[in-house]
Amino acid sequence: MNPETFSGDSVIDAVSAVFMVVGALMSLAAAVGLLRFPDLMTRMHAATKPQVLGLFLLLFALGLQMRTWWVWPVLVVAWIFQLLTVPVSAHMVGRAGYRTKHLHPELLSTDELEAVVQQAAGKRGFTDDDGDEATAGR
Amino acid sequence: MSRKRISLRQELPLLVWLVIVWGALWRDFSPGNLLFGALIAVLVARLFYLPPVELGGRFNVLRAVPFALMFLAKVVAASFQVLYLAVAKGPKVISAVVAVPLRSHSDLLVTATGHITALIPGSLVVEVDRSTSTLYIHGINVRNAEDAARLRKDVRDTEAGLIRIMGTQAELSALNQEVAA
Repeated sequence: MNPETFSGDSVIDAVSAVFMVVGALMSLAAAVGLLRFPDLMTRMHAATKPQVLGLFLLLFALGLQMRTWWVWPVLVVAWIFQLLTVPVSAHMVGRAGYRTKHLHPELLSTDELEAVVQQAAGKRGFTDDDGDEATAGR
Repeated sequence: MSRKRISLRQELPLLVWLVIVWGALWRDFSPGNLLFGALIAVLVARLFYLPPVELGGRFNVLRAVPFALMFLAKVVAASFQVLYLAVAKGPKVISAVVAVPLRSHSDLLVTATGHITALIPGSLVVEVDRSTSTLYIHGINVRNAEDAARLRKDVRDTEAGLIRIMGTQAELSALNQEVAA
């Protein structure tokens, strides 16, 4: 590398170093959240979300370090697929968790979905007892 | 197949996206490779036919760029908030499930709003009621009605931004009237 480009290089190195450390910090946040949050829903927040930022920062740092243009489209596509899939998985797990009552009602300040679910269950002829039995039976 | 064909114009965003993915995966954006990618994209779109996405017919780039930057800023801010909550509050964190009625009934806008809400840490879409286009959102650290109202406003603001970018003309004028009122 030329001596003239040295300062530019060190700036790139510094930026990617910061991004990598913060990206790793986001993974740590996910781990701490998984361990400390009380129920499935709050854990899903920790498990799925900070990695969107963490992956972005790590991919960005990777792109800066590779110094070739063709790596950028791959990184962008990788991140976009992450953006498309993370909400879907979070939604599916959250939805299943809510329906199987993997949550602590005392930790919810309001629950505007409960009445709707009860009503829908009542319409289909299911009672709440069935749900409780199914949960207890496992 | 008896399903109705969709016009090429409606299919174009999907085809362009498939060609970009093809080029990115081969790391080769030469014309020959892109042409072959386009051929495969058309073939895939014909063989594995999906229900067409109904687009609003407009796309405002000038509004999309600031919206994307705002989204990124929110993701950064909210990630650090979740980190703080995990370390400081941990098991004692209070959350809520909030119903957010949306303005639009278009599947694309409801999906996009749900995606963006779910991508911002601290909010998670639990349930979607398509008939009334209501999102049920699990928000972390929502301690009282005030926080719930703020979460509801955030989601509706996200939807307003999306309507300004790619909503239909009717949705846009309804939104403008609502803002003016």
